[in-house]
Amino acid sequence: MDILLQQAINGLTIGAFYALIALGYTMVYGVLKLINFAHGDLFMLGAYMGLTLISMYLGAGMTSGIIWALLVIFILVMIAVAIAGVIMERVAYRPLRRAGRLAPVVSALGVSIFLENAVMIIYGPRYRMYPKGLIPEIQWNIAGAQVTLMQVLTLVISFFLMGALYYFVHYTRLGTAIRATAIDHDVARLMGINVDAIVSLVFILGPALGAAGGIMVGLYYGRINFVLGWGYGLKAFTAAILGGIGNIPGAMVGGMLLGIFETLAAGYIPQGGAWKDAISFFLLILILIVRPTGLLGERVVEKL
Amino acid sequence: MEAWLSYLRNLDKRIWYVLLLLFALAFPWFIQSNYWISVAVVFGIWAILGLSLNIIVGYAGLFQLGHAAFWAVGAYTTAILNTRYGIPILVCMPISAVIAAIFAILISRPILHLRGDYLCIVTIGFGEIVRLFLFNDPFGITGGINGIRGIDRPSFFGITINTPLSYYYYVLFFLLITLVAMQRLENSRLGRAWTYVREDETAAETMGIDTVRVKMLAFAIGAAWAGVAGNIYASRYTVIAPETFSFWNSVVMFCIVVLGGTGSIPGIFVGTIGMVVLPELLRELPLLTQAFLGLLRAPLGALGGFGAVEQKLMMISKSIADNIPMWRMLIFGAAMVAMMIFRPEGLWPHWRYRLELRREEEAAPASVGTAGH
Repeated sequence: MDILLQQAINGLTIGAFYALIALGYTMVYGVLKLINFAHGDLFMLGAYMGLTLISMYLGAGMTSGIIWALLVIFILVMIAVAIAGVIMERVAYRPLRRAGRLAPVVSALGVSIFLENAVMIIYGPRYRMYPKGLIPEIQWNIAGAQVTLMQVLTLVISFFLMGALYYFVHYTRLGTAIRATAIDHDVARLMGINVDAIVSLVFILGPALGAAGGIMVGLYYGRINFVLGWGYGLKAFTAAILGGIGNIPGAMVGGMLLGIFETLAAGYIPQGGAWKDAISFFLLILILIVRPTGLLGERVVEKL
Repeated sequence: MEAWLSYLRNLDKRIWYVLLLLFALAFPWFIQSNYWISVAVVFGIWAILGLSLNIIVGYAGLFQLGHAAFWAVGAYTTAILNTRYGIPILVCMPISAVIAAIFAILISRPILHLRGDYLCIVTIGFGEIVRLFLFNDPFGITGGINGIRGIDRPSFFGITINTPLSYYYYVLFFLLITLVAMQRLENSRLGRAWTYVREDETAAETMGIDTVRVKMLAFAIGAAWAGVAGNIYASRYTVIAPETFSFWNSVVMFCIVVLGGTGSIPGIFVGTIGMVVLPELLRELPLLTQAFLGLLRAPLGALGGFGAVEQKLMMISKSIADNIPMWRMLIFGAAMVAMMIFRPEGLWPHWRYRLELRREEEAAPASVGTAGH
């Protein structure tokens, strides 16, 4: 029982990472009907930028007030990656908005290869270590399961960001504009919405959340690699589809479920660790057969 | 006059085909290098893979980002049957094709009625499942991470194909068969049905086309052909390992189809050159830069007294030469984006695609684009 609880808590933490990244996929898909294959690499970029800033801070000999420093670093990295996201949309996706569905996918794959190799050239191909001990290693014992401070912080920050996004998209004017744009570009334009600005906004929000996830993955696991984006990106995309792509609460639920399911599968199925990825894709295929629009997805017509 | 012109046009085309064929046949003689003949063999295998994926992505318009899985199924079927049961390579070829097609039907049948993007993630997922299966080797047949070695060379009528030169003609032969088959498929009843489904599924269904069946056939035929490519690949290298059939290679195949021009047969060749041969050329670039700077060295030396300049130049050349392997993929990624921006229809598009994109531009010159279609 305590093992189950332990696995569930670990899974929830991983699920929070998936959910944060999945939001970027789902929002871009919702607005542009584009699978942004480079999104995982923006997440990876966030992890590396966080590493650089943290090293700079520690290198300056300052160790006091690390929590506040981390907060500032989080915000700086989110802004920087959001800028990268907007530039990416301008350069690689906007010119292709009317070019059918295949060309933007190739463009996205190109951006992904570009980002991965740019990071590899700058930071080197080997694993880079996050400095240890930034977050005090405090543990609590809850019903026989160990919960670390890092896990609690991860969950709190993720839920805060997801809640903020949900509020923004569902209860503000700009959020309404995003939802309107997702339904129909032309009609949204007739309603006086600047569709290009909304698309840029989506490419600010998604990458910023992904960047936050990136730093947290760095802090949680302690090491990062330039191919980090592929694995997490693919999983997060799976999570987005699991929850119903284009649907924001769906991405959150899908991410959490995928994280928990994957961890439990790795723990309980013999040799589950080696089959972890296969099992989660298998789950995806099963869910798509039973519920073709994902868990929370509404019925959407493919062609209008 | 009209008839004569059209005759000339037809003749012209046929002359081009014959010239290309002669070029392909004579290629090994004037290149005279086993390395480049091997590159040509790689090109041929990838072109067959590209043409097989073209059925699914180009003709039927389905998202398929897991094509390496069918390639793997073909290669492993051949490898297992050949190394365990001693079945000759050429007998394995149709078996590989059939098994790859069965896999394609099994995975595509339940999901073909879904939206295109869901198909995309499911094919990626299937590709990963197959790769993990090969890697983890649950039934002890795939050899795990080491793969399978000791696969036979193809032999028939007492001839064994085992030199780069003989492989060149072996692959060329299958490439030609593939080409003829694709040409025939494209213009067949089925090929026209694919185009119809791609352009407008609802209308196609209304006209009495069984869209799910037609799409499934695209998957099955494309997969079967990838299985054949797997057979050729396995016997060419006599050793196969799971890493060859990674997601990355599915991406390369997808890019071959779209970069060259979706649905266009000449486009596949252009795309294969871009995705497979060009990176190979970039690999040779350090040698070229060094050779070029070697040429500069002679006049500098003749002038004399430029020791410092010469040293500096050699240093720059060395740093360029050292760094190009690193920058290779970066340039590659940027080139993919640039290609799509400047020629979204691909380098050598099918006339139908060109018409579509350009006509849309004429009809709607202002930016009233929607993302939905």
